[in-house]
Amino acid sequence: MIEMALIFAMACYGAGLFFNLWRILRGPQAADRILALDTMVINAIALLILYGIKANTATYYEAAMLVAMVGFVSTVAYCRFLLRGDIIE
Amino acid sequence: MEQFAEILISAFLVIAGIFGLAGSYGLVKLRDTMQRLHAPTKATTLGVGGVLIASMLYFGLIRQSLSFHELLISIFLFLTAPITANFIAKTFLAQNVKPEDIPETDRAYGWAVYEDPPGGTGVEHEDQRGE
Repeated sequence: MIEMALIFAMACYGAGLFFNLWRILRGPQAADRILALDTMVINAIALLILYGIKANTATYYEAAMLVAMVGFVSTVAYCRFLLRGDIIE
Repeated sequence: MEQFAEILISAFLVIAGIFGLAGSYGLVKLRDTMQRLHAPTKATTLGVGGVLIASMLYFGLIRQSLSFHELLISIFLFLTAPITANFIAKTFLAQNVKPEDIPETDRAYGWAVYEDPPGGTGVEHEDQRGE
């Protein structure tokens, strides 16, 4: 039963990644693209953890944690660049 | 007991999947940028929270190796999601909305998006308040 729920959740997050990709390609404003990228990072974290459950190892938490940190820093850096034209003042 | 744990974990996984899909679908469905800001920052964080709880329950109840790594990730996400949403909203305001179009702040200083922050150090702040 867990196997089927895992496959269902992975399919949901995979479809979510496609929606995000569509928004990145389409999005009229730069803010839309940043938002879609941020959501993509969150979906990728969920997929990593789901794969960790499926493969039955604890290795993927570290990967998910690193992806979360890099995603946050990159989103803030991109916004800051658009706001001030500079990342570190 | 094993059966109950499996049902619980499967339920969390399915709920998380639906929330994640709803968050990403909202990004496509909603009409303008400020509305779109609403969908992923709430629903996807709930979705990832569900996945993390399911993972914790799976390793704790079925594999008998309880760990709290997942809580670390979810705390990090819950802390950073509002900051990210605030930054994206500020970027949208700065690029697309003119200062005349939004209401006054009713304070001594205007919106932080358009104006520099008042004063340089905390000392100057206290001087200004004293006057």
